[in-house]
Amino acid sequence: MRILGISAFYHDSAAALLVDGKPVAAAQEERFTRKKHDPGFPEHAIRYCLAEGGIGMDDLDHVVFFEKPLLKFERLLETYLANAPAGYRSFKMALPVWLKEKLFQKPGMVKELAQFSASGKGIEEKLLFAEHHQSHAASAFYPSPFEEAIVLTMDGVGEWATTSVAIGRGSNLETVKEIHWPHSLGLLYSAFTYYTGFRVNSGEYKVMGLAPYGEPKYKQLILDNLIDVKPDGSFWLDQSYFNYATGLTMTSKKFDKLFGAPPRKAESPLTQRDMDLAASVQAVTEEVMLRMARDLAKSTGIKNLCMAGGVALNCVANGKILRDGAFERIWVQPAAGDAGGALGAAYAAHAMHARKPRHLNGEMDGMKGSYLGPQFSQADIERRLTAAGARFTSHSEADMLERTVDALEAGHAIGWFQGRMEFGPRALGARSIIGDPRNPEMQKNLNLKIKYRESFRPFAPSVLAEDVGDYFEHEVESPYMLMVADVKRNRRRTMTPEQEALFGIEKLNVPRSDLPAITHVDYSARIQTVHAETNPRYHQLISAFKKRTGCPVVVNTSFNVRGEPIVHTPEDAFRCFMGCEMETLVVGNCVLSKPDQDPALKLDYKDKFDLD
Amino acid sequence: MLSLLKELVAYMNARRKWWLLPVITILLIVGGLLVLAQGSAIAPFIYTVF
Repeated sequence: MRILGISAFYHDSAAALLVDGKPVAAAQEERFTRKKHDPGFPEHAIRYCLAEGGIGMDDLDHVVFFEKPLLKFERLLETYLANAPAGYRSFKMALPVWLKEKLFQKPGMVKELAQFSASGKGIEEKLLFAEHHQSHAASAFYPSPFEEAIVLTMDGVGEWATTSVAIGRGSNLETVKEIHWPHSLGLLYSAFTYYTGFRVNSGEYKVMGLAPYGEPKYKQLILDNLIDVKPDGSFWLDQSYFNYATGLTMTSKKFDKLFGAPPRKAESPLTQRDMDLAASVQAVTEEVMLRMARDLAKSTGIKNLCMAGGVALNCVANGKILRDGAFERIWVQPAAGDAGGALGAAYAAHAMHARKPRHLNGEMDGMKGSYLGPQFSQADIERRLTAAGARFTSHSEADMLERTVDALEAGHAIGWFQGRMEFGPRALGARSIIGDPRNPEMQKNLNLKIKYRESFRPFAPSVLAEDVGDYFEHEVESPYMLMVADVKRNRRRTMTPEQEALFGIEKLNVPRSDLPAITHVDYSARIQTVHAETNPRYHQLISAFKKRTGCPVVVNTSFNVRGEPIVHTPEDAFRCFMGCEMETLVVGNCVLSKPDQDPALKLDYKDKFDLD
Repeated sequence: MLSLLKELVAYMNARRKWWLLPVITILLIVGGLLVLAQGSAIAPFIYTVF
């Protein structure tokens, strides 16, 4: 059975192909169109998925959209009705969009899909619509390694649900509880993202990164006024503090009054207060998630937890749930945001609509390391790089690995482009920029020379799965960089009182452990465990680095500059390489050194992309 | 347009939300007027409504 899943028309459009219950291909549209968070119909991603599967539209059994537009329309109407006459301005802007476009999503999709069909017929009959949280839950449970699990999904909002709890057993997935709009933990987090001057829907991870600099001074104020959290973790938001239901901002005047100031202006200097606000909303989020996890574990006796939805990208909270111990094992869908809904919708159709049996893969999950995107053969890479004007040398695999380790040791920032592209927001060693985490200058250099940002967030470590316990207070696998844990005590360096008193980026630049480039100010790190089974080449590289230096860890950050989607093709990689001050680029078995390149091909990349 | 109306009827039937029929009708009329008055539909940058 061949099923194509699609998510689109809001943000992070994507497509995924499931064949006989196994993911064959999945990719986000932004990687093809080079438009970050591209919300358009995922034409390129669909074309790729069908090509990867070697099939056409007419060979598909079903095409599944990840949510139900009419239920969203229902929420919209009922919300305006409940709040009228307030919200007229928003209504005036929203309704024409719906009447002109969104209500016609189904015929629009049938028309778009027809371009992939030789016959152009039968598409409407194949088209199914899953519910938004059903898609998230399916993406979290079906590819997980668990026979039985609690499935918790949390995000801003889908149709009505903002939080859902389902129980997965074998091929069955049954929703047992939901929290509905406008009460949403994701939107509470987004409200603080907005209030602290970051962009809603993409700046949430910055709030999470900012939190360790602050004290949760406003936690009680939030719990006393904004959100009523019950012992089982269910919650209710006082809407008088928010404006997202019918207004054009996230927070209301009453919110500003409660916290004593208007929202921070974007790109203005960050203050300690912003950091305290970030720490406070992070603490509240963790409190809600922990209460919910504890209650679900206690009331059901189930030992496994699966998570998806945008809130599940909060890897700090995920790490706390893991260490809390209410659940023995936790699995988070690597594409936890809406892009992953494409895969989830396909899984939901396979198991819940077509009633086909689920495949369990022993101890391994079914995501194949999330390496589900396009790849390029060595011959194709050489042809593409030559056409782009790149000067490179080709090597055997062993030689390429040795040269890459040489560059790591020399302190270079290295573009590492290998195999199939990752599905989901994280670079996991297929489209990554890597460096030596022991180098005290690495963090600063990567930020200023490559990423063009002065980030308060440190980079993530990729560590050999077998060595994770030697470096981090973490013993289990974390292949998708969705768990945060502390650096081992014996590897930390205590900061002096003078260093403790430093502010923001200055504090981050103080070496706090043996691996300064990946250690946050609270000694935490966003871990990726690297497994020989899913990414053998990356595993070999880090093993070679370990053999040479004794260190089984490299710095891993996504292969892009600020505001740019992660690179997709060898040409994208070469452009990014020539547009920033990266010293070495490794694409397949090709090695490129910056001094060898034609200076005329240098690009001004710094201001090419809008800030995210 | 006919298929959309069919979908709306099927949806109201499935969700047992017939009470929305007059609301939808009125809103579609008001919305239709807004569309005519406005000319082009531009999605505002707000999070949740869409």
